[in-house]
Amino acid sequence: MNYAMIRYMLGWVCCIEGIFMLMPVLVSMIYREGSGYAFLAVAVLCGTLGAALVFRKPKKRNLAAKDGLVIVALCWIVLSFFGALPFVLSGEIPSMVDALFETISGFTTTGASILSNVEGLSHTSLFWRSFTHWIGGMGVLVFILAILPLKGGSSLFLMRAESPGPSVSKLVPRMRTTAMILYSIYFAMTVLEAIFLLIGGMPLFDTICTAFGTAGTGGFGIRNDSFTSYSTYQQGVVAVFMVLFGVNFNLYYLILKRKFRQALTSLELWAYLFFIAASTIVITFCIYPSVGSRFQAFHQSFFQVSSIITTTGFATADFNQWPALAKTILVTLMFIGACAGSTGGGIKVSRVLIMLKGAHKELRLISHPRSVRKVKMDGRTVEHDVVRSVNSFITIYIMIFALSVLLVSLDEKDLVTNFTAVAATLNNIGPGLEVVGPTGNFASFSTLSKFVLMFDMLAGRLELLPMMVLILPTTWIEKSGKISRKKA
Amino acid sequence: MDIIIVGCGKVGSALAEQLSKENNDITVIDTKYELVQDLSTELDIMGVVGSGSSHKILEEAGIEKADLMIAVTGSDELNLLCCLIAKKAGNCQTIARVRNPEYSKESNYIKEELGLAMVINPELAAAAEMARLLRFPSAIKIETFAKGRVELLKFKIQPGSILHQMEVREIMTKLHSDVLVCAVERGEEVVIPTGTFELREKDVISIIAMPKTAAQFFKKIKVQTNQVWDTMIVGGGKLTYYLTEMLLHMGIDVKIIEKDRKRCEELSESLPKATIICADAVEQNMLIEEGLLNTDSFVALTNMDEENVLLSLFAKKKTKAKIITKINGMAFDEVIETLDLDSIIYPKYITAEYIIGFVRAMKNSIGSNVETLYHLVGDRVEALEFKLVKNEPILDTPLEKLKLKDNLLIASIYRGGKMIIPRGQDTMRVGDYVVVVTTHRGLGDIMDILDERQGR
Repeated sequence: MNYAMIRYMLGWVCCIEGIFMLMPVLVSMIYREGSGYAFLAVAVLCGTLGAALVFRKPKKRNLAAKDGLVIVALCWIVLSFFGALPFVLSGEIPSMVDALFETISGFTTTGASILSNVEGLSHTSLFWRSFTHWIGGMGVLVFILAILPLKGGSSLFLMRAESPGPSVSKLVPRMRTTAMILYSIYFAMTVLEAIFLLIGGMPLFDTICTAFGTAGTGGFGIRNDSFTSYSTYQQGVVAVFMVLFGVNFNLYYLILKRKFRQALTSLELWAYLFFIAASTIVITFCIYPSVGSRFQAFHQSFFQVSSIITTTGFATADFNQWPALAKTILVTLMFIGACAGSTGGGIKVSRVLIMLKGAHKELRLISHPRSVRKVKMDGRTVEHDVVRSVNSFITIYIMIFALSVLLVSLDEKDLVTNFTAVAATLNNIGPGLEVVGPTGNFASFSTLSKFVLMFDMLAGRLELLPMMVLILPTTWIEKSGKISRKKA
Repeated sequence: MDIIIVGCGKVGSALAEQLSKENNDITVIDTKYELVQDLSTELDIMGVVGSGSSHKILEEAGIEKADLMIAVTGSDELNLLCCLIAKKAGNCQTIARVRNPEYSKESNYIKEELGLAMVINPELAAAAEMARLLRFPSAIKIETFAKGRVELLKFKIQPGSILHQMEVREIMTKLHSDVLVCAVERGEEVVIPTGTFELREKDVISIIAMPKTAAQFFKKIKVQTNQVWDTMIVGGGKLTYYLTEMLLHMGIDVKIIEKDRKRCEELSESLPKATIICADAVEQNMLIEEGLLNTDSFVALTNMDEENVLLSLFAKKKTKAKIITKINGMAFDEVIETLDLDSIIYPKYITAEYIIGFVRAMKNSIGSNVETLYHLVGDRVEALEFKLVKNEPILDTPLEKLKLKDNLLIASIYRGGKMIIPRGQDTMRVGDYVVVVTTHRGLGDIMDILDERQGR
């Protein structure tokens, strides 16, 4: 373990968070709200602590794969901890556990809330809640990689651990340039959405918060009814942008490079669009009788589908009241999730595709036992270790899922609530069904359940492995202590 | 610069590592997924899996924006094809590795007609270096600067040498030789010495001198400087062929020991003047029978690194001959360096150094002005040659007034046909070739030799 490097990276995360926290301070100055002082205090605390940690540069800068995972996991925990402090200090969310839940839900772009009255929060806190979505969407470490020159290829481990998808590739040879390109695209698209919303007459504060929430596929609303009271145009813009942010960002880079054909041959993109289209149509027919208007049925269906598959979690209708088929489809979409390399969560469309293709291959093997077949995607072979990593991902995923549901069940809530609460957090969506439905919230869970769900949110956002490595004993115990000490 | 490297073998990875460190954007292409994966994880580069001769793959690697494409796969034909396609697909310079002797003889024709920027033959380059060493057996390694007019020689101070316990500055006063000691290896340590540094026996030192002064210097410290008269080569590969041809040309008798009868026959056809012996080199009696004890030099060139090392150790024990060992694999450099072997040749490093030299020259035209680069001690010390083309603020200032980085030495200034070993009052001028020896990596410009903390 390269402890010096872990300390160094944690220090940078603190520094960056300190800087980020100045943004809500700015908001508090505009609205003249007292909660700004809490943010300023934490910003100063983060800044000093971070500066102290990065003051001494580590001598050994190379990271092993394990170090990368541990750094990412620890960074996110530290980030969430400091992000929660202002809520407690300003007294808006007095319980530390609740504040932590809210912040983790923000950074992991989940959007699950313990607040029943969102409108009771100050503008400053509302802004910070939404801003955490934006930071968490693309990743903090990717941001650090974009501004910090880290020599060597070891930085790939950091990006790989933080970016969603079965196999992470760079856009250009340099890590730093890749990170910069990703953030530029992210930023530009956020601005674009904000412009569209402003044209639709949304107030500036709402626009910024909504754009942040959509870009990170987060889902924190700033109104108690989430998105129901906005105009149809505004809802439409958000629905379309949710879909756009759920697409692999590499495709946008290809489009920028004018390689349209390469961008459009992506099987994942088409599968993703197919899932959206098919679900929207089925749900439209399903809810038509209760809604009445054909256009409204389609509109509500499309908004909910795009909100759930991209794991955003905005809602314009209480889908908890919808027919069983519509609900089942939405719950299924929760697991599929968005494309790899997007800001969305879930299992990811590409993983689902690889899994399906792998299963298809195995089934064929039954009738032709000696046939040799490779799993192919977009015209190229999916290497064995990618297939293997997808399989192990699913295994760990199911394990965490089952265990979480079991632990949450201790609260004596109904099965649907427990099941969808875990599904909504592990897949970073936000709302589930029944108690945790679009109109409900997570406040009624016990402290233990909240911690389980917090772990699920972090595990889901970081694609399981970093959090698992963190709790694995072998990570911390170095058996060959003598040898490693000599090396150091 | 944007550089695409096709082939992630030994040379390909050595190139990727060095060039990426020098701030180039590297993309590697190989058909083997594992190789690409490993390399692109280890270094900050991009990897593409596929054939480098495919237009689609090259495009994916960004050929249209690339400045240079280097083809170093195992196959000559594939390398040439890659270059042709790359040349058409993007407007970039191309370098191909071509090792087959048949093509190699026509390398100039290939280069001209196919529009390649450079054709490199690792075996030929390695053979040339070996031939240079056999001409000057006391040195472990010889590099040349300023188009061959300045030499950098590396050798070991033998027990009882007068250099033992001599301070570096005394070489000038006591021996009246205008040579400069630019790096000293003592055990695992590497030092760039100052004037008061005291040399000891068993140190491996690198000196910079003009060829003539070097010869005089070696005479003064009583080291034999005659070229060898005969040599024994074990292994009959391509490298052996090139080396033998060169040595025969220099009038050195060559005895080749090769296991495979068919290969022996081929060699005897192409090299009628050499003595070719068909035998397994691990038979010690045979080696002694064939005159190992009396040979002037012994060169181990089999395909097995381990065999080469063991044979060389054996020869070292039995004779006082000059011994050259070829090592192909990358690993265990450190261990091999500690063995008591004379000269070790790494063909892959030589190839990489040639290509890196070319890349630097290319960059040169863009702005940076490094002319050549050599690794002195593994890759811990670099010797760089700068050509001063334009007026920099650093020029025309006496060297003693410049605040240079630690562990950095201006080793020589070559001006108008004369080499100057720089002293405090000397200055650098436009048009000079300046050799800098340093443990810092990635210097790209003559201005980089200044200590940054002082500002520019």
